[in-house]
Amino acid sequence: MYAFEIERPSTIGDAASALGHDGAQALGGGQTLIPTLKQRLAAPEKLISLTAIPEMQGVCIGDAGEVCIGGATTHATVARETAKSYPALSGLASHIGDPAVRNRGTIGGSLANNDPSACYPAAALGSGATIVTNTRKIAADDYFQGMFTTALEPGEIITEVRFPVPQKANYQKFVQPASRFALVGVFVAKYADGVRVAVTGASEDGVFRWDAAEAALSRDFSAAAIEGLTASATNLISDLHGTPAYRAHLIKVLTKRAVMAAA
Amino acid sequence: MTQVSMTVNGKAVSGDVEGRTLLVDFLRGGLHLTGTHVGCDTSQCGACVVHVNGIAVKSCTMFASEAAGAEVRTIEGMANKDGSLSVIQAAFQEHHGLQCGFCTPGMVMSAAALLKENPKPTEHEVRAYLEGNICRCTGYHNIVKAIMAASGQDVAAIAAE
Ligand SMILES: Cc1cc2nc3c(=O)[nH]c(=O)nc-3n(C[C@H](O)[C@H](O)[C@H](O)COP(=O)(O)OP(=O)(O)OC[C@H]3O[C@@H](n4cnc5c(N)ncnc54)[C@H](O)[C@@H]3O)c2cc1C
Ligand code: FES
Ligand code: FES
Repeated sequence: MYAFEIERPSTIGDAASALGHDGAQALGGGQTLIPTLKQRLAAPEKLISLTAIPEMQGVCIGDAGEVCIGGATTHATVARETAKSYPALSGLASHIGDPAVRNRGTIGGSLANNDPSACYPAAALGSGATIVTNTRKIAADDYFQGMFTTALEPGEIITEVRFPVPQKANYQKFVQPASRFALVGVFVAKYADGVRVAVTGASEDGVFRWDAAEAALSRDFSAAAIEGLTASATNLISDLHGTPAYRAHLIKVLTKRAVMAAA
Repeated sequence: MTQVSMTVNGKAVSGDVEGRTLLVDFLRGGLHLTGTHVGCDTSQCGACVVHVNGIAVKSCTMFASEAAGAEVRTIEGMANKDGSLSVIQAAFQEHHGLQCGFCTPGMVMSAAALLKENPKPTEHEVRAYLEGNICRCTGYHNIVKAIMAASGQDVAAIAAE
């Protein structure tokens, strides 16, 4: 690692002004950033830790019944505290990486990083969540802009994530056992006004919605409803672990499993 | 350099660290507590697991300064006060839960965290909890068996010895 200093502000305001300086970067749980720093792929002068800010911690229920999660809340806390209010989200959080990763890694860090194989992007897009930052609110549909790319401006902090709670939902993760990320993951959520299907781990453009499956499942929420569909392999990731065709196959299998588990 | 203070295995300690000093380097290099191992340094293997405020973390993936003011527990703090092996450590010995021993400090710390959360885990729960602890020697069966035994459950029917 190159040398840097660390600051641990206790309010969002102090963190935002510290991040306004050139060379400053946010530090969440460090479960992605620290390995990146070790590889000298990043060279911040100053890290601004967001984990000592009480306003960014914990889970609560908002006025419209949505589940609101502080941006620096760990995966372990989300898993525990949404078990009743949003079981599909709790299930997703409880299968990220391993226990020690879940004890440090945060929802804000995961969404800011937007790894193409990460789990939370699927939950946020699949739930039509709102990403709240220190300056604005961003709809999930506008937030994800491709692999490792988001709508965040430099220095902008994810302070909270708000999830409307669906009638039924489920996340199916096909684990890539070496990395513990998703080889492919599918989040299905049924709301009163329709079904959302978000796919992670598959596309060169990062998390995306499978429109055809959403339309079919909105008409008939059953695995049979998507039997006739084929997920397109165009622009899907090709690596040592799977071809685009294999990933396309997994998308459909996991979508069906998610529907069956949710129904 | 800044000064960092924390409690390690019940003792107040402090030392100078850089921003980039990892907790594991502070423990091993600064405090000479070399029981905590670095297996991969890439957040994968769990050999470096310690408890920070009672929670299992990879000490290679946390900065020392982030543990300022915290209660840290390492493998050196796991034995009973009289120096005899704790229940978990004794179970690892009894059930041959180690061969070279390199992964063992992390395994014991993860096991202790699991049993605190879930005092009577199933075999499946033990295996799932050890997702982030890699052992190159034992094939895991005896580690799982040791942890089940440490939880006070009958292990006669579990995995081969
Ligand atoms: C072994 C292992 C297995 C893993 N398995 C999975 C998995 O199965 N699924 C999965 O989804 N993830 C997985 N991860 C990644 C893990 O979930 C990380 O915790 C997460 O991606 C990053 O969160 P963090 O809080 O650690 O962020 P950091 O590593 O601290 O930061 C990541 C990036 O986000 C920025 N950032 C951090 N917090 C904020 C914020 N609040 N606002 C704005 N920017 C911010 C940082 O500047 C940095 O650029 C795994 C990681 C490891 C090491
Ligand atoms: S040394 Fe920390 S996880 Fe391997
Ligand atoms: S006993 Fe050798 S690595 Fe586990």
